[in-house]
Amino acid sequence: MKRGLIPLLIFLVVVGFLFKGLFLDPREVPSPLVGKPAPQFSLPVLDHPETKFSPKDMLGKVWLFNVWASWCAACRDEHPILVEMSKAGFVPIVGMDYKDTRAEAQQWLDQGGNPYQTVAVDADGRVGIDYGVYGVPETYVIDKAGVIAYKQIGPVTYDALRDKIIPLVKRLQAQ
Amino acid sequence: MTSIRIIRLLALLCALQVPSLLAQEAQPLQPNAAVEVQVERLSTQLRCLVCQNQTIADSHAELAQDLKQEIREMAAKGMTDQAIIDYLVVRYGDFVRYKPPFNPATSLLWLGPFGLLLAGAIGLFTMLRRRQKMTADVPLTADEARQVSELLK
Amino acid sequence: MIPEIGHFSLILALLVALVLGSFPIIGAARGNAVWMGLAKPLARVQFILIALAFLCLVYAFAFMDYSVLYVANNSNSKLPLQFRIAAVWGGHEGSLLLWALILSIWTVAVSLFSKHIPDDMRARILGVMGLVSVGFLLFMLMVSNPFERLIPAALDGRDLNPLLQDPGMIFHPPMLYMGYVGFSVAFAFSIAALLGGQLDAAWARWSRPWTILAWIFLTVGIMAGSNWAYYELGWGGWWFWDAVENASFMPWLVGTALIHSLAVTEKRGSFKAWTVLLAICAFSLSLLGTFLVRSGVLTSVHAFATDPRRGIFILAFLVIVIGGSLLLFAWRASTVGRGGKFDVISRESFLLANNVLLAVAALSVLLGTLYPLFLDALNLGKISVGPPYFDAVFAPLMAPAIFLMGVGPIARWKEAALPELALRLRWAFGISLATAVILPLMLGNLTPMIGLGLFLAFWVFASSAELVYQRLAKSDLPLLGRIKANSRAWWGMVIAHLGIAVFVLGVTIVKGFESEIAVKMLPGDVAHLAGYDFTFDGVVDRIGPNYQASHGQIHVTKNGVLRTILEPEKRLYTVTNMPMTEAGISPHLLHDLYASLGEPLEGGAWSVRIYHKPMVEWIWFGCLMMAFGGFLALADKRYRLKRRAPSKEVKSSQQPKNSKKAKV
Repeated sequence: MKRGLIPLLIFLVVVGFLFKGLFLDPREVPSPLVGKPAPQFSLPVLDHPETKFSPKDMLGKVWLFNVWASWCAACRDEHPILVEMSKAGFVPIVGMDYKDTRAEAQQWLDQGGNPYQTVAVDADGRVGIDYGVYGVPETYVIDKAGVIAYKQIGPVTYDALRDKIIPLVKRLQAQ
Repeated sequence: MTSIRIIRLLALLCALQVPSLLAQEAQPLQPNAAVEVQVERLSTQLRCLVCQNQTIADSHAELAQDLKQEIREMAAKGMTDQAIIDYLVVRYGDFVRYKPPFNPATSLLWLGPFGLLLAGAIGLFTMLRRRQKMTADVPLTADEARQVSELLK
Repeated sequence: MIPEIGHFSLILALLVALVLGSFPIIGAARGNAVWMGLAKPLARVQFILIALAFLCLVYAFAFMDYSVLYVANNSNSKLPLQFRIAAVWGGHEGSLLLWALILSIWTVAVSLFSKHIPDDMRARILGVMGLVSVGFLLFMLMVSNPFERLIPAALDGRDLNPLLQDPGMIFHPPMLYMGYVGFSVAFAFSIAALLGGQLDAAWARWSRPWTILAWIFLTVGIMAGSNWAYYELGWGGWWFWDAVENASFMPWLVGTALIHSLAVTEKRGSFKAWTVLLAICAFSLSLLGTFLVRSGVLTSVHAFATDPRRGIFILAFLVIVIGGSLLLFAWRASTVGRGGKFDVISRESFLLANNVLLAVAALSVLLGTLYPLFLDALNLGKISVGPPYFDAVFAPLMAPAIFLMGVGPIARWKEAALPELALRLRWAFGISLATAVILPLMLGNLTPMIGLGLFLAFWVFASSAELVYQRLAKSDLPLLGRIKANSRAWWGMVIAHLGIAVFVLGVTIVKGFESEIAVKMLPGDVAHLAGYDFTFDGVVDRIGPNYQASHGQIHVTKNGVLRTILEPEKRLYTVTNMPMTEAGISPHLLHDLYASLGEPLEGGAWSVRIYHKPMVEWIWFGCLMMAFGGFLALADKRYRLKRRAPSKEVKSSQQPKNSKKAKV
C-alpha cells in the first residue's frame, strides 16, 4: 500500500540531511559582511597611541585584517603561521588587538614575533562588534576597494592559507 | 532545617542590628527602567554567538555583556526594536535572531506546522467519512472478546 | 583488572545479544520451540553481563581509577562520592552504557512479566529488543569504549562539568533513559506483531501498561530536567526549546498519542496501523535524540564532545532500525484489519483528532529543531530557531488538543450526539470563559495568551468536574463505594488530565505575572518586589569540596514580618575554573521567591537579581499529577500481572486467530 510508505520517505529525507549535517559545523556562522565595504573606524596604534589607524589607510592594497588578543588560546596556534607569512611579505597583515591590555599585547608580540604592519587597539570591543567578531581569532581578507572578500573564523591554518586565502589574495591583487 | 535557618537568621539579625537601622534602598543596576524593559525584551530574542545555545539575556559570556550594553545604548537613544535588531543582523547575520525572519527560505518553517495541521485535518476528515460509509461493524466478535479476556486472565 | 572485566563482559553481552536477536525470531518463524525458548534465559544473562560491566565502571569511578580514560575525563579526586557515581553517565561513553543497561533491564522485565503472552510473540519481542541491544553494544565496543585505558594514568581527573554536579544529575538522566528506552518495549511489541501478523486487541492490551510505564518515566525525567534547569542556571527559566530538550519532548508527545491510541485499539479494535506507526515513531524519536546529542549536528547545552565516526555509526544504526521498521510497516500495515465502525462524532474521532494534533505538534518540533540544519545543508544560510518560534507555533497547535481533552472523555464510544455534548458541557464552558476574562482583569493583566491559557486550564478543570459528577451522582452507593465503582484506569485518566490543567495554569500565570529586578546591593540594602522587602545581609566566603563559593544571604520580610531567607551562591569550581551560580529559592504553593548573585561590584556591593514567580511550582506539580495518573492506570485490575503459565486453551485459541488475521 502506497500510503504506508510515506513515513519511510520522510525518514529517508531526514536521514539525508542528517548525513550532510555530520560534515557541517553548526558553530561556524558565516559573516554577512562578506561582499560589503569594511566598516570604517579610527583606532590608536599599539606602539604609538597618539597615531591612529583607519582602514582608509589601506585603500589600493589587498590586505589581511587579523583580530587577536593575548588572552586567546587559539591565537597562539595561528601566530607562527602569521609570522611566517609576514616574512614572505606578499600581503600586508594589519592586526587588531581585541579587548586586551597594551602591556600584555606588547609582551605577546615581543615573545612570539610581530607579523603585523600595524596593530590597532580595540580596547572596549566596539569595532569588534562592527565587524561581527564573536570569537577571536578572526581574519578578514579585504580587497583594493576596501571590500571584505573573505572571513576566516578561528585560527588561520596551513590548509586555509593554501586552499582559500593565498589563491584569493593573488586573484584580488591581479585585479 | 528550618529551625536551624531561623536560629542562624536571629543571630544574624542581632549582629546586623546597627546597619539594619540604616537600611538603604538598593539602587537599580541600570538607572533607566523604561530602557531596561526594551533591553530585556530584545536580549531574550537574540542568540549569544559565543555560547550559542543561550540568549544574550541569559549568557554570562563577555560578548553577550558587550552586546547587551550596546543594545542598552541604542535603546537609550530611542531606537526601535526593529532598528536594533537590524543593526545586529547587519553585523552577525540572521543567526542572532532566535525568531527567524519570514522569507522564502524560512517560509516552510513558519507555514509548515499549519500546513501539517491542515493535511492532518483533511486526512482525518476523509478517513472519518470513509469509515462512516463502512457497513459492517467488525470490532471484536463475541468470540474474540472472550478469547481476549481469557488470554488476560 | 576491574575495567578489563567490564570490557570483557560487554563483549560477552554483545555475543549474547546477537544470539538473542536472531535465534528466537527465526525460531518463531519456523515454530521451533527450543529456539524460541532461548529468549528468556538469554535476556537474563544479557542483563547480568551488562550490569556487571556497569558495576565495573561504577567501581572505577568510586575508587578513582584514573588509568581509565573515561574516568580521568569525567571525575576528580575532590568530587564527592555521589557525584563520582553520577559521573558514570556524565559523558558520552558512560551514558551509552547506562542506555544499554536500561535496555537490558526492560528486556528482563518483559521476560519476567510475559507469562501470559504466547511463546512466539514473546520470542519475537525479546529478539527485537536484543537486536536493538546489539547496535548499542557494538557502538560502544567499536567507537565509544568506556573502559579504554589511559597509559600512563592521569594523576587526577579533569573533573565532571560543574553544571552536572547537582542532585538533578543523579535522577534526571536515569529517569529520562528509562522513558526513552522504555518505548523500545512498545516498539518491539509492534515489530513482533507486524512480523507475526498478530495485531489485535490483545496485543494492544499487552503493550499498553509497558507504554504507560515508559511514559511515566519520561514525564518524570523531563520534569526533573526542567526543575534542575530552573534552579541551576540562575535566571529561573524552566524550558528553553533547546535542541536536546526538544529531542526528549518529541517522544513524549508521540508517546502520549500512543497511550490514547492504544486505548482505542484495545477497546474498539480500531486505529491498529496508526497505533503501530506511533509505537515505531516514539522509539525512533528516542533514537534520533540519542543521535542529535552525540553527533555534533546541532549545538546544544546537552551535547557531548563530538566525533564524526560516532555520528556515522549512529546514523547507520538509525537507518537500519528505523528504516527497517518503517519498511516493515509499509509492507505489513495494510494487512492489519480496520476495526470497529464509528461515527464522525464519537469518542473514537475525538481521540483520533487529538492524536493528529499531538503528531502534528511533534512533527512541528522536529521541523523547528532540524530546520537550521536543512538550510545549512542546502547552503541557504545559517539561522536560529528558538523560543519565540516554538512559543508562536506550539500554542495554537496545543490549544485545540487541550480543548478536546474536555470533550473526549464525555463523548460516547461509536456514536455521540453533539447537542447532548453541548448540553452537558455548557456550564463548564461558561465557567471557564468567565474565569478567563474576569481573573486576569482582577489581577490587572489581560492579554490574549493569558486569557487563552486560563480558559483552557479552567475548561479542563470544569469539564473534568462535570465528568466526575455525572459518574458519581448516578449511584446509590456511599461516596467511597462510588469512587471505587470506577476503575483505577478511569481515575488515572481524570488525574492526568487535571495535571495538564495544573501545568497550563502554572505556565500561564508565571508567564503573565512574573516580575524581576536587578539591583546593586550593599549589606543592609533593601529592595522591593511584589510586596516583599528583600534585605541583603552580605556575602561570606565558603569552601566546598571542589569549589570556592561566595555565599550570600537575603532575608525577606513582608510588612515587617520575616517570611524566608534566600541563600544564593556564586561558586568557582577550581579544577575546571568554571563559575556557577546557585540560585536561592524559596518555593511556595502560590509563588516562588528567587534570587541569584551576579558579579561583585566596587565597594563591597553585589549585583543581585530577584524574581517573583507566581505559581511556577504548579508546572512541575502538574507533571507529577500526570505521572501519578499513569501509575493509577497501571494499577488497574485488568493489568494485574498474573504469574501463571498460559493455559492450553489459550494456546489453541491463538492458532485460528493467527490464520484468520493472515487472510484479512
